[in-house]
Amino acid sequence: MDIAWSLFTPWHSLVGGALIGIAASLLLLGNGQIAGISGILGNLLKPEGRVPWRLAFLAGMVLSPLLLWPVMMQVAPAAVETPEITLGTVARLLIGGCLVGLGTRFANGCTSGHGVCGLARFSPRSLAAVLSFMGAGFVTVALWRLLNGGVSL
Amino acid sequence: MKSIVNALISGLLFGAGLIISGMVNPAKVIGFLDLTGQWDPSLGLVMASAISLSWVGVKLAATRSDPACAVDQTSRPIDKPLIWGSIVFGVGWGLSGFCPGPAVVAASDLYWPALVVMVGLLVGLAVAGRFQTE
Repeated sequence: MDIAWSLFTPWHSLVGGALIGIAASLLLLGNGQIAGISGILGNLLKPEGRVPWRLAFLAGMVLSPLLLWPVMMQVAPAAVETPEITLGTVARLLIGGCLVGLGTRFANGCTSGHGVCGLARFSPRSLAAVLSFMGAGFVTVALWRLLNGGVSL
Repeated sequence: MKSIVNALISGLLFGAGLIISGMVNPAKVIGFLDLTGQWDPSLGLVMASAISLSWVGVKLAATRSDPACAVDQTSRPIDKPLIWGSIVFGVGWGLSGFCPGPAVVAASDLYWPALVVMVGLLVGLAVAGRFQTE
């Protein structure tokens, strides 16, 4: 394993992570809710789950790029590459997205609900979830690199 | 009304955090998962920072007796749906470079890979939702 120090952006990580943690705390203290994005999306798909706080939180997330738009290029730690539209890339993203949806629904949480909020309250279930999805993510990218001779978007 | 504004601000800050940390960029996420290539530790530090501040929120919530903070903390056992679901999620995360939060934010910015991921994500959530008996 080589650590890519040139890609590592510690200040952006600390500040961005802090904002995520403050946002999760705010939702917990003000609404008594867990900032779990897969759960929020999954519940919004059901008519009975369309409650005001979920819609408001989602609206905030959707508006966040607009809010940061004037300074987006300055605050982003690296330029976001836009891959070419090819059948292979679209298929990979579509299948990947589908697996994320299926998996997070069965596991009742994703990187935010289990990873951030769950670990912050020392939940053993969340720790098991994080170890499982991180492990699976590491193995997937390692296999992709092995079979494809490299990874690119 | 106050709680709606609170949730809106929380969503805005959450999204801003994902943008500033670079987690809306799938290349950075895949860079973290790429242990056998050029490893970018950024995502790990984002998680550590986010968990630390969420922990403060959890501690503050525990000192309050306000019913709005009475989050259901009943712990279910570690079961198969949790582990298998997380593994399936991890495979999808590695393939796409997106988990749900960054997918929502990057799709709102009309980044085409995130829009494709969102289509798959919503289909996956809807299909799995049909099997759930919650």
